[in-house]
Amino acid sequence: MSDTHSQANQSIHYVAQSMLPEQPAPLSTSGPVAWMRENLFANWRDTILTVIFGAAILAIIVNLLPWLFLDAVFYADDIRQCRELGEGACFAVVTSRFDQLIFGFYPGHLYWRPILTFVLMLLAFAPVLHDNLPRKLLWFTAVFPLLAYWLLWGGSIWGPILIVAMVAVCFVVFRLLVTAINPTLSALATFVVAVAWLMFVQGPWTDGLSAIANVGLEPVESAKFGGFLITFVIGVTGIVGSLPLGILLALGRKSDMPVVKMICVGFIEFIRGVPLITLLFVASTLLNYFLPPGTSFDLILRVLIMVTLFASAYMAEVIRGGLAALPRGQYEAADALGLNYWQGTQLIILPQALKISIPGIVNTFIGLFKDTTLVSIVGILDPIGIMQPIRSTSEWNGIIWELPIFIGLVFFVACFVMSRYSMYFERKLDTGHRS
Amino acid sequence: MTAATYSDGSEPFEFRMLFYDKRYRSITLQIITIVLFMLAVAWLVDNVVQNFRDLGKDFSFGFLFQPASYDINQTLIEYTSRSPHWKAAVVGILNTLLIAFLGCIAATIVGVLIGVARLSQNWLVSRFMTVYIEGFRNVPVLLWILLMSTIFATALPSPRQAPQLLGGALVPTNRGFYLPAFEWGAGSLPLVIIFLLSIVAIIVFRRWARTRQQETGEILPVFWISLALFFLPSLIAFFLLGRPIGLEFAELKGFNYQGGLYVRNSFMALWLALSLYTAAFIAENVRAGIQAISKGQTEASYSLGLPPSRTMNLVILPQALRIIIPPLISQYLNLTKNSSLAIAVGYMDITGTLGGITLNQTGREMECLLLVMGFYLIVSLLISGVMNVYNSAVALKER
Amino acid sequence: MKTKLLTMALGAAAFAGVSTAASAATLDDVKAKGFLQCGVSTGVPGFAFTDDNGDWQGFDPAICRAVAAAVFGDPTAVKFTPTTGKTRFTALASGEVDMLARNTTETFSRDVDLKFSFAPVNYYDGQGFMVRKDLGVDSAKSLDGATICIQTGTTTELNLADYFRANNMNYEPVPIETNAEAQEKYLANACDVYTTDASGLAATRAAFENAADHVILPEIISKEPLAPLVRHGDDQWFDIVKWTVNALITAEEKGVTGANADDMAANSNDPEVRRLLGSEGELGAMFGLEANWALNAIKAGGNYGEIFARYIGEETPVGLARGLNALYTDGGLLYSAPFR
Repeated sequence: MSDTHSQANQSIHYVAQSMLPEQPAPLSTSGPVAWMRENLFANWRDTILTVIFGAAILAIIVNLLPWLFLDAVFYADDIRQCRELGEGACFAVVTSRFDQLIFGFYPGHLYWRPILTFVLMLLAFAPVLHDNLPRKLLWFTAVFPLLAYWLLWGGSIWGPILIVAMVAVCFVVFRLLVTAINPTLSALATFVVAVAWLMFVQGPWTDGLSAIANVGLEPVESAKFGGFLITFVIGVTGIVGSLPLGILLALGRKSDMPVVKMICVGFIEFIRGVPLITLLFVASTLLNYFLPPGTSFDLILRVLIMVTLFASAYMAEVIRGGLAALPRGQYEAADALGLNYWQGTQLIILPQALKISIPGIVNTFIGLFKDTTLVSIVGILDPIGIMQPIRSTSEWNGIIWELPIFIGLVFFVACFVMSRYSMYFERKLDTGHRS
Repeated sequence: MTAATYSDGSEPFEFRMLFYDKRYRSITLQIITIVLFMLAVAWLVDNVVQNFRDLGKDFSFGFLFQPASYDINQTLIEYTSRSPHWKAAVVGILNTLLIAFLGCIAATIVGVLIGVARLSQNWLVSRFMTVYIEGFRNVPVLLWILLMSTIFATALPSPRQAPQLLGGALVPTNRGFYLPAFEWGAGSLPLVIIFLLSIVAIIVFRRWARTRQQETGEILPVFWISLALFFLPSLIAFFLLGRPIGLEFAELKGFNYQGGLYVRNSFMALWLALSLYTAAFIAENVRAGIQAISKGQTEASYSLGLPPSRTMNLVILPQALRIIIPPLISQYLNLTKNSSLAIAVGYMDITGTLGGITLNQTGREMECLLLVMGFYLIVSLLISGVMNVYNSAVALKER
Repeated sequence: MKTKLLTMALGAAAFAGVSTAASAATLDDVKAKGFLQCGVSTGVPGFAFTDDNGDWQGFDPAICRAVAAAVFGDPTAVKFTPTTGKTRFTALASGEVDMLARNTTETFSRDVDLKFSFAPVNYYDGQGFMVRKDLGVDSAKSLDGATICIQTGTTTELNLADYFRANNMNYEPVPIETNAEAQEKYLANACDVYTTDASGLAATRAAFENAADHVILPEIISKEPLAPLVRHGDDQWFDIVKWTVNALITAEEKGVTGANADDMAANSNDPEVRRLLGSEGELGAMFGLEANWALNAIKAGGNYGEIFARYIGEETPVGLARGLNALYTDGGLLYSAPFR
């Protein structure tokens, strides 16, 4: 083909010897006009749709924009002053009650503690969500829950330190036993040690050490928590607490021991079958009956327990998906290496399954984060719950739209960012698989 | 524990074997699990028994047969404040089922429309749908429910100032919407039977038309004939029987409109919020389902000469449904569970009656919550049962 | 390992939050933990509300402070748990709170069936109706067909059902969880009538911009004796709450105020005042408190009349008259048993 051409080029004079200069594409196929013709007015149906939707969007903008921004009042002392200053929305309620919307009734001079906790939380999540960060940071992630608990609730530092000590003791006990006897037995023994520590060592030693050196932060009681602080506390505790439980449930559900499987399936299906609000009612009215006579948790801790149980059922399903997505060969390879069940799970299966599950976990977190608003129904002052007291004060009595708009916006931004991240991570995993 | 494991082993072997021998280990572990599980359950039950004894409470469902003594606004069955608590619970269950059923229908319609529109060639339309989907998905449903309720309560006029739209057929007020109700006169029974028969006729006709098409390749105007079958017999019978079914319009009497069909704002707010919220998720499922169908299917369909609408209906959707329906059903499940947020706007569903007022008035938290959770559990199991049946029915049969 | 660490950390965190309460001797428990845990409502103007710092104020929290002062000599040794109509009884029964001071009506079934002991009534109330003036309604008998906003989980919805049934009228109930929400609905005209305790109606109306546009109908359809309550089965603790309320009432009767209480304790010649304030006799020791328990309770927020005047009296926005809640000497129903 090519040599016939080259011969022809030499001999036939009407063949062009040089290229014509490049021209820009005609206006009808490029530029905004063409874009519009292609994407907005491709045919008569498109044109009608464009006109209808354009009109709708325009109407929304024309009607809402002045109220929402142009005539809105952002600083005022109360609603009456607000109405005098402008016709539009009175976002002054948000600016003047900003602290309550974010922190609830958390003491004002201690705001640095939740803020620091939030920053540390981002730091703690970073190594989980970005795998090019140094792995050493995972140690910080492991310590973070205790640190966060201490920072938010305050109190003596010895409590959290003793917990760290307990974990260390348990670790040593487990390591010593596991070489001597079977892993299941040593896990049981470690569990007994932990319970004994919590029952007999934790309380007295905390008091004793506090008496020797009283180092600690000013305690803040749960009832003072509110606003988006409580949303984050419940959401993050739920997701972090549900991770270990969810892993165990997922493993249990895949187990070939019928009894274990039945218990796990029963638990998961029960939790997933009832609405969260009924579980919150259980937390607010029933949970205390299930504790030994004489003990009682405060409401926020009870809600945290129920939310963690709730999330763990969903988490189990996500992780089960991750486990199912692992190629069969990985399990066989673990067996072939002579690893026992726990070694194989810990070293081969879980690291991979958890990584695949991260987008699902983030999605579960988004769902949970939104669902935390339900706690307002059992009387916890989360952002939605705190709307009521703000609206019933004499300054802001009569405010209707501004608070839900602000709260909705914050939720939107948080959830949108997280969902984009989860999509990004999914794409990253996807390419990882193919290469 | 050790005693339990010992008694289990009937052969004389070493104790260690229970943990190291693969033959016994699984059984040992399961027995340990059962024992631990039973201990935990026994501990919880024992705590409850002790706490109840300390407080002098008892556990009985006798209260269900006492008069409820409170009124419910929306009742689908006969109910007064003298009716027993179980009847209040039934009223609540019916209200839950009503909102869930209508919510699922609306969410499906809106969701499919939006999911398809999201893939529109039209830039403006697809962007608008993206904003809708992201906006609804990323804001808590409780906030949407509260917002809808506030919109209805503040943006609509009070009954006395309410406009009578469509000649009084629709009266929007800040308490609810008044629609005409059917008035069943004499001779309405045959009419209803004729209507049902015409629906059966439509189904039979469509089946027949399909077999015919497959046999002869001839396409009948199925849609128009169905439409005619739907309306004509009933309309003719309606006039022949002397208009047995009339419409009752709501009229302003005293404080409120009376008569007609009263759709309360609590219902409207909950229904709209739940449907629009769930529709955003369904739209994403629909989009994912359609996009999962390989582009080659569309191209193949075009090259067979099918226009775009038929391509969608005959080629893409039937394949996409296989992917769409399982998540769709779990969205139905979510909607049903989310309908329990009715309590935030005062819609009296099962959580509002049995789990709300009855619980408050009788102080029987344990019994009420057990019943409420049992109800939701049954509904969930039924829905997921349907899903499993469907999944096995449409599963790709590999031959 | 990491996951295990997390579980344990959380378990421990939960463990640290456990408090023990509700054994037989509530007083010992309260003394041991160093504060009184008191259940209040989530917010009724004048009766219970949070100030800018998030501290609870109002008629009901004042009773809690008086009890705390009687036990500890310190009115600030109290923590408040806001409870809804749904959670209040469980909170008390399960020992989450030591006492409930929360607009709770004393009824037979709450006493006998739910097993709570009611201290002396600290507010005599009754259920009333509020309507817009322009509706032209002047009697509850003409409310047939009205849409009525009502707080659920209270005795009011039962009274309402009974009243309309007895008078053969219909109504459309709009169930609502909180007072603030009811107010919003009522103001938006989403219901014609708002019904709750007359005191709550007055307090709610007082917060309206145009209070004069709304009327409270003359019919009071129920008796609502509101009283603090404790669990059955701990008589010592019940006595402390009961006699603290009585002490506040007696103090008003005898003219003992928060300001002059110390002075009266030292100088009064009235033997009952001397017994009350601990200058004479050993009343406090009889139920395990200091001799000056009542003195402390009175100094915490003043006597009954002072508390009433500060939070809900005619000088406040709530603007309630004493009415039935005057001392028996002034024609009211407040009648404390003697300190003897």
